[in-house]
Amino acid sequence: MKDTTKDSAKASAPSDITGSRIREQRLARGLKQAALADAVGVSPSYLNLIEHNHRRIGGKLLLELARVLDVDPSALTEGADAEVSALLDAAARAQGDLGPESARIDELAARFPGWTALIAAQERRVRRLDAQVEALRDRLSHDPVLSEAMHDVLSSVAAIRSTADILVRETDLDPAWRGRFHRNLHEEAERLSAQATGLLAQFEAPDADVGSPAETVEAMFEAASHLFPQIEAEGAGAIAAVLDRAPGMDHPAARAMGLARLTEYASDAALLPLEPFTKAAQEVGFDPVALVARMGVGVAPVLRRMASLPVGCGAPPVGLAMCDAAGAMVHRRRMSGFALPRVVAGCPLWPLYRALARPGQAEEAEIEMPHGARFHVWAVADMQEGADFGAAAHVQGVMLIMQATQRDRSLAVIAAGPGCETCSRPACPARRAGAPVI
Amino acid sequence: MIQEHLSPDAGPGTILIVEDESNILEALTFILSRAGWDVRGHGKGDTALAEVARLNPDVLVLDVMLPGCSGFDILRALRAEAATRDLPVVMLTAKGQAQDRDQAQALGANAFLTKPFSNDELLSVVREMAPGRVVPQAAAGRG
Repeated sequence: MKDTTKDSAKASAPSDITGSRIREQRLARGLKQAALADAVGVSPSYLNLIEHNHRRIGGKLLLELARVLDVDPSALTEGADAEVSALLDAAARAQGDLGPESARIDELAARFPGWTALIAAQERRVRRLDAQVEALRDRLSHDPVLSEAMHDVLSSVAAIRSTADILVRETDLDPAWRGRFHRNLHEEAERLSAQATGLLAQFEAPDADVGSPAETVEAMFEAASHLFPQIEAEGAGAIAAVLDRAPGMDHPAARAMGLARLTEYASDAALLPLEPFTKAAQEVGFDPVALVARMGVGVAPVLRRMASLPVGCGAPPVGLAMCDAAGAMVHRRRMSGFALPRVVAGCPLWPLYRALARPGQAEEAEIEMPHGARFHVWAVADMQEGADFGAAAHVQGVMLIMQATQRDRSLAVIAAGPGCETCSRPACPARRAGAPVI
Repeated sequence: MIQEHLSPDAGPGTILIVEDESNILEALTFILSRAGWDVRGHGKGDTALAEVARLNPDVLVLDVMLPGCSGFDILRALRAEAATRDLPVVMLTAKGQAQDRDQAQALGANAFLTKPFSNDELLSVVREMAPGRVVPQAAAGRG
């Protein structure tokens, strides 16, 4: 029998799971423990101790085992893949109360590579789903379409609750009143049913591109409050650094869109430096029309720049919508109560579409949502530079949105809504056929 | 502040409810009438201020989302006028709309009711707004 004490002494820093890897390779080849032990000249009981990581080996015995198993010696000594280890470690920490043996991840990876890969894949899936949940939660709390629809649902629920309470508690209710409240209950139940159907359609809409590149770019702007001090100070040269720091910008499509938006931002910042622009905006009471006249650089840069005024300068809350010549939304700054659908058409965007039909002609309008909230909007479509002779012009529309402070009688009011599926204007002449009527 | 606004006479207090949802308006009107209030309903935002001036109510129940003019605009205008600066206003906001609640508070609302609220909550808040004006005698709607 071989003197194994020498092998132990000569162990060349193998990992703690070398034995597990030997066992894994042996089993993969259908070798009996005794057969392998015999092939390398050790006793089966000693090989058993090695395979269960109770003996550390190295040197000649390790090389011999690798030769018989037909693997590179490093395959028996290296630890588990770093990414897999990190994923398993994260999974263990997330479920710490179950008491996983997180100190033995390498051993697990070596002994059960299939199960390890499964756990790692599930951890990746959990992370992906977590990100989607986060994006949906954000959408629920900021999406004006859903917000408007939920308001309608809550109004119906409020009516049903109050009416049902009256019917239950008022036992001596006059029959005429009782009949009236029953009718009201029926009406509200019907409305609620239609509202629920509309809401469901909203979730099933093609707008379910959670975490799309465009939304990643918008999230970057939201996180920065739409103001990038580094670009303000250093110009376009700082764009790469801003993109490097922003979450999700390692995705090529998101990065390309982010680069385009920040390049335009840097160009606007160079044209309208922040400090004098903010001062001018304050002096004209944040009136876009007066500001356009004061700055003399065209409408579009001023509208875009007004969406990046610093917090605390006194500017009112603003929203921004930018679309291409086909009307597809390319960038948004969302505003509470104002529907800015990304994919589906939305009547609050009519002034923007009108501007697209007449590039260079600025539009101004007032928009009223179904429940009375009013917004003042300014829109213009600009020809972008760089089009070749004979090629279709590259047109981009931009619309700035503010809450209307006082009614401007000179402006026509556009009656708009959050989208036909959830809009409470059943008599609207522009209502799309087939849209559920709430 | 609320007490100063209320007149000390013993007649039924007047409540104006500005709410565009007719079924909610009808239910609230019924509940408050039963509790002894002289209740008036109004469904439009843009004429609500004129209605307040005409009725001079003891309490205003005001929805946030109204056609023509939002509840916030109405509240802002009320607080800007000396005659209505102290008028007790109960705002009806929607559950989950914390921003609405914050804005109403900043504009000077006296209380909030979050839809869907119970009838007991409504009565409790209104009684708190005008404790001297509860007249428990109405029999409207009894068979």
